[in-house]
Amino acid sequence: MENEKFEPKIVAFVCNWCTYTGADLAGTSRLKQQTNARLIRVPCTGRIDPVFIIKAFEKGADGVLVSGCHPNDCHYNTGNFHARRRWIFFRQLLDFVGIDSSRLYFSWVSASEGKKWVDVVDGVINSVREKGPFNGYKKLNKEIEIPVK
Amino acid sequence: MRIGVFICHCGENIGRTVDCPSVASACANFSGVVHAEDYKYMCSDPGQNLIKQAIKEKNLDAVVVGSCSPHMHEKTFRKACSDAGINPFLVEMANLREHCSWIHDDVPSATRKAIDLVRMLVEKVKFNEPLIPIRVPVTKRALVIGGGISGIQASLDIANAGYEVVLVEKEPSIGGHMSQLSETFPTLDCSQCILTPRMVEVYQHPRIKLVSYSEVENVEGFIGNFSVTIRKKARSVKDELCTGCGLCVQKCPIKKVALSDFDEGLATRPAMYVPFPQAVPNIPVIDRSVCTYFKTGKCQLCKKVCGREAIDFEQQDQLIKEDVGAIIVATGYKLYTIDKKPDESMIKGYGEYGYGKFKDVVDGLQFERIASASGPTSGEMLRPSDKTTPKKIVFIQCVGSRDESKGFSYCSKICCMYTAKHAMLYKHKVHDGEAYVFYMDIRAGGKNYDEFVRRAIEEDGVKYIRGRVSKIYEENGKLIVKGEDTLAGVRVEIDADMVVLATAMIAQNDSVKLAQTLSVSYDKYGFFNESHPKLKPVETSTGGIFLAGACNAPRDIPDSVSMASAAAAKALVLFGSDVLEREPVVAKVNEATCAGCFYCQKVCAYNAIEQKEIKDRQGNVIKVVAYVNSGLCQGCGTCNATCPSKSVELLGFKDDQIYAQINSFAEVF
Ligand code: FES
Repeated sequence: MENEKFEPKIVAFVCNWCTYTGADLAGTSRLKQQTNARLIRVPCTGRIDPVFIIKAFEKGADGVLVSGCHPNDCHYNTGNFHARRRWIFFRQLLDFVGIDSSRLYFSWVSASEGKKWVDVVDGVINSVREKGPFNGYKKLNKEIEIPVK
Repeated sequence: MRIGVFICHCGENIGRTVDCPSVASACANFSGVVHAEDYKYMCSDPGQNLIKQAIKEKNLDAVVVGSCSPHMHEKTFRKACSDAGINPFLVEMANLREHCSWIHDDVPSATRKAIDLVRMLVEKVKFNEPLIPIRVPVTKRALVIGGGISGIQASLDIANAGYEVVLVEKEPSIGGHMSQLSETFPTLDCSQCILTPRMVEVYQHPRIKLVSYSEVENVEGFIGNFSVTIRKKARSVKDELCTGCGLCVQKCPIKKVALSDFDEGLATRPAMYVPFPQAVPNIPVIDRSVCTYFKTGKCQLCKKVCGREAIDFEQQDQLIKEDVGAIIVATGYKLYTIDKKPDESMIKGYGEYGYGKFKDVVDGLQFERIASASGPTSGEMLRPSDKTTPKKIVFIQCVGSRDESKGFSYCSKICCMYTAKHAMLYKHKVHDGEAYVFYMDIRAGGKNYDEFVRRAIEEDGVKYIRGRVSKIYEENGKLIVKGEDTLAGVRVEIDADMVVLATAMIAQNDSVKLAQTLSVSYDKYGFFNESHPKLKPVETSTGGIFLAGACNAPRDIPDSVSMASAAAAKALVLFGSDVLEREPVVAKVNEATCAGCFYCQKVCAYNAIEQKEIKDRQGNVIKVVAYVNSGLCQGCGTCNATCPSKSVELLGFKDDQIYAQINSFAEVF
């Protein structure tokens, strides 16, 4: 494996009100970060269906980041609490379906935390870079295709 | 679908790190894209015209703009496209500035990322549907909760602007804490003299409906369309018949049966009472817990003397409904009362000050009553225990405020000022008396405020001591106050005749319950939260509900009045239009697949999901499905992620729209 050349592909699901705005602030403050992350804007972390995350891995993501408002700060009062409760169950499921759950990251980033957003994004990118590419799902596909002897 | 892609250079802002022309030409090859171009300033008039022109010439039916953050210009581009005939919800924005050019240096990889960002939204927009803004009518009536100075001001402002107001007050009379005050800082004008005319104005106003001795029980609906249930507590007096002659109060035989709340427990009142002589409405209340008739079934003296037959012992609580479009919460504060009326959760300390134990240790509001001409001593400076004039008086500031370990970490804001006022009032009445103030800092920000404190010190000779008091105990009829003067670095001991504690201003007992009824957020102290600390100080997290006065944070009279007028102005802005337009980003149920599990109902923070019966032709219910009240739905999408059968979807962020973005990763990177 030519790990030096590996550039992780990160998908970030972010809520519109806190993290997306925090990421905007990182931009207006010209805080540099690595280019590996692609953001998907949803109204609230409560909107994020766990299947989105599986889908992202299936489509080639090496790491997935979910970020929203801090607890109690959700623009919709409780969306992030529902999201949090969902992840607690979901993590275990993730390993079960053959995805290394340590590739899924969560953070709370508020609209005023531009710097924190940069740290989170770079942190995730570096950590996934260390782990190497995610081939689990592809392997899984193969196992299905080629029956075990 | 015929999609147009427009890439903005934002002058140099995007163009410097993203190679915009090559982004445009890469996008031109995406399936579905029939037009792609780049331009220096897409948001400028010529830029917008470019888009409009392309829409017409190329017959586009969806647009993706790659430019700044949608928080910046989404409205601009949606408007431009809708001017050219495209539904605004078929316009998406890729954030190439805040999320790309400004945070990266390397041109090739930033350009690659920019292409990806546009691609994701091109895929999404293929699944966008035209949406039409939701229009809801506005009920041009306001509910004001709380009849203190804030509620009075807000009600008068709205009513004078020509709209009806329902003013709900939980006590028998409006007036709030301001009616208890003796004089007000920094002018020392008499509180009642400036307040009572306003109370009367409220009472006589043809557009204000005053509902006193009542509480808000339930609130349903949403901005512009609230339906409010108010519990009118049984007064035992028919308010439509009572003229307020006061005969019943005079004749009530059990005179000193209860402590007067209005006089902060320093005086008593009969079982039948009006809280104070200038009460509005001037209608008495029977305190059923102490009334002889309610206890023994005998007496009825009040009923006998009432010439109007207004006394009604059988009266029940009444629930009344009011429809309003805006709600102003002005429920005010209460004082941190420590031991007087123990309130376990709130009380942590200050037992050493002997408050509640020593009669001559009083709080700020009690001192107001002592100083007030309408108070139990008729304004004479007499201490509660033996009704003598205190020759030495000690004021202690910040009792409960600014002290996390013993009370609350916040500053109650008004105590520095009212303590200076108290000390002055004392000195004006007891010329040979000595007044001491223990303070932590003097916070006298405000017009003529610092001057006022200086006057207390310099002209009236009030002695300010910087430091805390550690203990107060009684000795030979004196209150020995032990403290420290931190500026001089010495211990001080004062043998005082009376001590006044400036206790913290805290949230009303039931504020959390009311916040939940209104679904507005509140802080850890129980104060209602404003929607934004700077830019939306009177709005709450719920549209159409506004805040005024000390229910939001400790606040003095001028600040409360300005906030009340601001809240009234916000309500009037709402009443300025007949219908409200809302973004149609709301959830929608597919009734064919909904199985009626109602998980969505459980997770909805807005009670927006109702149960709807589906009937056959004979009118038999075949199944019950979820139904989204789009007036209440705020569009978070939690229901969508929760629904096991994917039968409720958030318009604008539907599953297929998000999957389309995710699926584009196969090509992305
Ligand atoms: S809006 Fe940010 S998590 Fe709900």
